[in-house]
Amino acid sequence: MTSTHTDITYREPMASPVVGADDVAAPLAGRDILVCDTTLRDGAHSVAHQFRAADVRAIAGGLDAAGVNVIEVTHGDGLGGSSFNYGFSAEDDIDLITAARGVIKNAKLAALLLPGIGTLDDLKRAHDAGIDVVRVATHCTEADISLEHLHGAKKLGLETVGFLMMSHMVGPNRLATEAEIMRDAGADTVYVVDSAGAMLPHQVVERVEAVRARLGDDMLIGMHAHNNLGSGVANALAAAAAGVSIVDGSLHGLGAGAGNAATEVLAAALDRSGARTSVHTLELIDVAEDIVAEICKGKLPKLDRGSLLLGYAGIYSSFLLHTRRAAARYGVSEAEILLELGRRRVVGGQEDMIIDVAIELAGIQLPD
Amino acid sequence: MSLRCAVVGSGNIGSDLIRKLERSELLIPSLLVGVDPESDGLKRARAAGIEATHEGVQVLLDRADEFDVVFEATSAHVHTLNAPRYLEAGLFALDLTPAAVGPYVVPAVNLDLVAGQRNLNMVTCGGQATVPMVAAISRVTTVEYAEIVSTISSRAAGPGTRANIDEFTETTSDALVKVGGAKRGKAIIVLNPANPPIMMRNTVFAAVDANVDPQAIIDSVNEMVAAVQAYVPGYELVSEPQIDRGAGPRGTTKVSIFLRVAGAGDYLPAYAGNLDIITAASIAAAERHAILTGHTPAGLTLAAGARAATKERI
Repeated sequence: MTSTHTDITYREPMASPVVGADDVAAPLAGRDILVCDTTLRDGAHSVAHQFRAADVRAIAGGLDAAGVNVIEVTHGDGLGGSSFNYGFSAEDDIDLITAARGVIKNAKLAALLLPGIGTLDDLKRAHDAGIDVVRVATHCTEADISLEHLHGAKKLGLETVGFLMMSHMVGPNRLATEAEIMRDAGADTVYVVDSAGAMLPHQVVERVEAVRARLGDDMLIGMHAHNNLGSGVANALAAAAAGVSIVDGSLHGLGAGAGNAATEVLAAALDRSGARTSVHTLELIDVAEDIVAEICKGKLPKLDRGSLLLGYAGIYSSFLLHTRRAAARYGVSEAEILLELGRRRVVGGQEDMIIDVAIELAGIQLPD
Repeated sequence: MSLRCAVVGSGNIGSDLIRKLERSELLIPSLLVGVDPESDGLKRARAAGIEATHEGVQVLLDRADEFDVVFEATSAHVHTLNAPRYLEAGLFALDLTPAAVGPYVVPAVNLDLVAGQRNLNMVTCGGQATVPMVAAISRVTTVEYAEIVSTISSRAAGPGTRANIDEFTETTSDALVKVGGAKRGKAIIVLNPANPPIMMRNTVFAAVDANVDPQAIIDSVNEMVAAVQAYVPGYELVSEPQIDRGAGPRGTTKVSIFLRVAGAGDYLPAYAGNLDIITAASIAAAERHAILTGHTPAGLTLAAGARAATKERI
């Protein structure tokens, strides 16, 4: 399966421009690590899915020039995500994918698909628009709803990723079993996905090790980290040390909740950990600062009360801004909505329950 | 004399149908067809004194004159193959798969379609739960776009649903337009593995005319909920419909309706409202067919027969 990324030119880690890089033992010395950037997918949550084709061209062009390996472009909730429930996109997924395709020279172009929201027809249109990779995402216990999409993607000749969301909700063994289902259905890579930003490094390590033990060292494993407990980059590094070979990030940490591990921070941290990547760290830092921070001014994610509670209570990060709106609409507390959602054990995709809880907290009764 | 019914498919849906047929005054469970001799559904049917075979649909076709109605509870692929054979054999077919060979029937909305058809499709569980709400809105205003989210317990989603999740979303979207009356439709399904299992939840969003009278929507929705409750007693609104002016795309008004469906607990526990609503809807369609073809129990008038058939489930 490692054959899917054979054409990468890795470079030796860059020494820090300020501090000598040889003063500590490097935990990732000699390791080749791929970087996937999801600014234009998970990051879309931060801007309520309002990215325009011009934004996509600027950001994807910058990411590609800076040597990122995979660039994901889709509505925050994947193909077909534009909806009342998840927020309507400013522009169609296919138009945004087409815009990215026009500027990407080296990186692979990816789209996200959540079975139950997007369909194989959506995937075919994304394929026609030029994606190379599809990441098929399910809740961590529901891998078997991804089979028709993984099979379909393989028939289209796409590279495939199985994306196990909310991985904190199951133990390592069960997660490995679900990863195996996706591998058997044709996933070239499987991801441990901390959608709620609820995991700490030791929990990430346990899960990566279990998946690796089950699927063997030849299987590509990835890590998608959120920053709700402030450990996004640390979790990605811990995953890499435990054997993951591709890590996700987004520029300036854009993304649901407190956002993702920031790609430019990750690149710097990978350098300082001794890993070999194809990313030009200083160029990437400029893309984050000069392009993304400008386009997303006032919308950059923060580790505030709401996003901390997501991580603390283990709630899907995408719920944050929907919760904020429902709290304002019904005059109830954002924190109370989040904690009630945690008690109800809602999973990704159940954004409708946010309004439901807000109505209940507001004491709106059914007339007799 | 009651209608003689065969159920093809001995999984969860087929087993639930058998239980509901046993209770109907207009329908008799005469045969359950499966393909696996070890099927729990076949064993249960036999224990209840109902003929059951694991030798497949040919058993039914060879003796087609002994039956009036066939319920298809297999898969879309199997029903596509079986549909012309049922037609040729003179059987009235109710299709609980997403095959959509015949037109969609949602009892609270278009039960009269039963007259003159030989094959009807029951849409999906989410469609049975949400299409009535979209129809309730579209009879008072223009629905530019309808979107539904069905969340079902992972335990209530069988292998058929899991393997064909796109069929669920596509068939449901199609019915939001064709039966619900929306100009465009979108359906989303979410599986939730929580334990204890969650009740089936459905949310309906609609983008409607900006100048709609909110009370007209609320009245129409309440009336429709009562119509569905006549055959699905566990169907209810969780809260009053929410109407937000200007909150939809291009200045439309956004309507949000929150529903919960508790199952009758016939074969699977009450959380499996998704199973209950589609089997209950197909029983309602079969009972209408019974009444239209004069199979009314002695001593009951047509209308009383229809009431008797539904009342005991309330």
